[in-house]
Amino acid sequence: MSKVLMKGNEAIGEGAIRAGCRHFFGYPITPQSELPHYLAKRMPEVGGVFLQAESETSSINMVYGAAGAGFRVMTSSSSPGLSLMQEGISYLVGAELPCVIVNVMRGGPGLGNIAPAQSDYFQAVKGGGHGDYKLIVLAPASVQEIIDLMQVAFDLGDKYRTPVMLVGDGILGQMMEPVELADEVTVPEIAAKPWAAGGLQGREKPNIINSLYIVPEDCEELNKKLFAKYDVIAAEETRWEEYRLDDAEIVLTGFGTAARIAKSVVDKARAEGIKAGLIRPITLWPFPSEVYARAAEHAQKFLCIEMSMGQMLEDVRLAVNGKKPVHFYGRSGGMVPLAKDVLAEVKKIMAGGAE
Amino acid sequence: MAKVIFKRPEALTDKQFHYCPGCTHGIIHRLVAEVIDEMGIRDNTVGVCPVGCSVFAYDYFNVDMFQAAHGRAPAVATGIKRTLPDRMVFTYQGDGDLASIGTAEIVHAAARGEKITTIFVNNAVYGMTGGQMAPTTLPGQKTTTTPKGREKDAAGLPVKVSEMLSTLDGAAYIARVSVHDPKHILQAKKAIRKAFEVQQAGLGFALVEVLSTCPTNWGLSPKEALKWLAENMIPYYPLGVYKEPAEVK
Amino acid sequence: MLQEILIAGFGGQGVLSTGQLLAYAGMIENKQVAWIPSYGPEMRGGTANCGVTISDEPISSPLVTEPTTLIVMNRPSLDKFEKAVVPGGYILINSSLVDQKVKRDDVQVMEIPANQIAEELGNTKVANNVILGALIELTGIVSIESVVESLKKVLPPRRHNMIPVNQQALEKGAQLAREMKK
Repeated sequence: MSKVLMKGNEAIGEGAIRAGCRHFFGYPITPQSELPHYLAKRMPEVGGVFLQAESETSSINMVYGAAGAGFRVMTSSSSPGLSLMQEGISYLVGAELPCVIVNVMRGGPGLGNIAPAQSDYFQAVKGGGHGDYKLIVLAPASVQEIIDLMQVAFDLGDKYRTPVMLVGDGILGQMMEPVELADEVTVPEIAAKPWAAGGLQGREKPNIINSLYIVPEDCEELNKKLFAKYDVIAAEETRWEEYRLDDAEIVLTGFGTAARIAKSVVDKARAEGIKAGLIRPITLWPFPSEVYARAAEHAQKFLCIEMSMGQMLEDVRLAVNGKKPVHFYGRSGGMVPLAKDVLAEVKKIMAGGAE
Repeated sequence: MAKVIFKRPEALTDKQFHYCPGCTHGIIHRLVAEVIDEMGIRDNTVGVCPVGCSVFAYDYFNVDMFQAAHGRAPAVATGIKRTLPDRMVFTYQGDGDLASIGTAEIVHAAARGEKITTIFVNNAVYGMTGGQMAPTTLPGQKTTTTPKGREKDAAGLPVKVSEMLSTLDGAAYIARVSVHDPKHILQAKKAIRKAFEVQQAGLGFALVEVLSTCPTNWGLSPKEALKWLAENMIPYYPLGVYKEPAEVK
Repeated sequence: MLQEILIAGFGGQGVLSTGQLLAYAGMIENKQVAWIPSYGPEMRGGTANCGVTISDEPISSPLVTEPTTLIVMNRPSLDKFEKAVVPGGYILINSSLVDQKVKRDDVQVMEIPANQIAEELGNTKVANNVILGALIELTGIVSIESVVESLKKVLPPRRHNMIPVNQQALEKGAQLAREMKK
């Protein structure tokens, strides 16, 4: 193992390569462009393919082709690009194709800006494209966790034949942190994909990659099948981090960069005698609802911290289910919450002063 | 002993086509399938079908198939070809799919010289959605969205796909053919074969535009439709080879 | 120990790579480190800056909004960031390039003619490391040895011949800071 200083965007690329991904299709957009820069150099070194597509719409459809042919494949973009990909994501889900889609989120709506944000939470976890579906959504909070979760993303995608999304923000993409990397790049074992349509090659019956179910009964069957799969994923693959939660009177929660800030506030609050704890969802879908329900048994208050006007907040409130008040502190449009402001909010809430 | 002189190509399944009476999709499917059989590439071919009347083409071609989002078949084909460079990959697309919503995908697949074969079926109208104006609808032609005939100030003028794509350096082979009579059908088959051979030789992007009929939405009998194609479409969309690499001439 | 350094100047002055070098040195010393650049349109010809956080504790946000030390490589950066420095913090100014004075009196200011010193050492490219040397002397954030060690990792082997002059620059900056402190 070697410890190296690595940029978040580059870690996404290196993590993908170490997870056995050898195909990348994408279109430039700030603040994730270091990822295509990195893979344009790195993919040929490992015998892979890097292709700059003409649009995000094309990128995601190239992913559809490569995934349907049976390969580990990914694309990445930032918020406006993800809006363009939603059509393709819906088709990938319908055809049950595994792939990894990265969103290094930036300020919106519209062209917004290139500063860090988390305001595509709804788009990521509530559907985004048309139709009845979910994506597995992973939210790393450090550069090391980006590397680790890229492997998880590809493995879960293949295991459940589903697209997996990894969401970060401009800070996670742009920042450099130390990461531990194995010195050798080894190709992980990837299970065979007998459903892939990569040419008959001696097989008798053609494979068809398709999301068209013209008979409504058949389409309903597909949806039932997808949701049965989602039940298994929710039962087996939910991930989260708890921090000083056991005796917490106020539970801070957030994901990604916001969770890092919240975690530091937990320590600062404890230093001032406030029993604070943290729940950090690592899978945004499936959402770790039970952890909140459990915490609501002993905690008095919740505070959700986001780089948005409050999106994950709705899932936290559903999970807490009215048992305790759930407060919100967010910055939006590319602004980042400051630890001292969050701490002030915590103090205000615990003094009974906040709404 | 009976001698087989005519049979279903192996590259077609025994599923009955759903196409309207007189529609030329059936002929074009058969030509593609015959070429696949004759070149002996069925085991190694992957097809991508569009959104439009030929959306079910995956049920008819007896090879591995993808159904793509509207207009995106060239991007899907790119994803397949870039992961499996030794496969023969073709897209089968109509005029709404390729020349309207999918212009970016087809132009850039051609510009990249993507080693795929595109069969582009131009019948100057949207079929599946109910006879609306297509990008290829002729000036003056009546459709459900140009009830008084396509008028250029309101609805613009047709896209000539073969001419347009042949300006791109990455496009290796571009030809426009028709299937309105036996002689032209034979010429169409030769062009389709060439488009697959260009791919096989790794020469670049290949496209065959096939002028086709839509008796249902044109409001004509199958026979009248063939005549209408010859008299109206061919003058506007001249047949011929627009681009051809020296290697396959 | 939590130190948040903001290094600001023009694009092309090596602002970003100087910050990376500092972060790398912190990593070698097994400290928690994070580096983040300003990114986007302002990269193109305008001002460039990066934040480096070095800490004993896990780093919450890598954004440096209230630097404990500000390194100023051009005049616009002083205008922009002077107010952000925490009271009692440091402002290190490359006085070869910036003739403006710091208005605040609750921070410690050190003016270092870094380009001039670098020129005397025979290579203007090492100016940033003169300032880095001064920073190290003032704050003890990392050791000069760790920075030299980092240079071995960061520079491609063909440029390792540059390491001695960089080391001299670091030491010269440190020496200058020692003298100025007196």
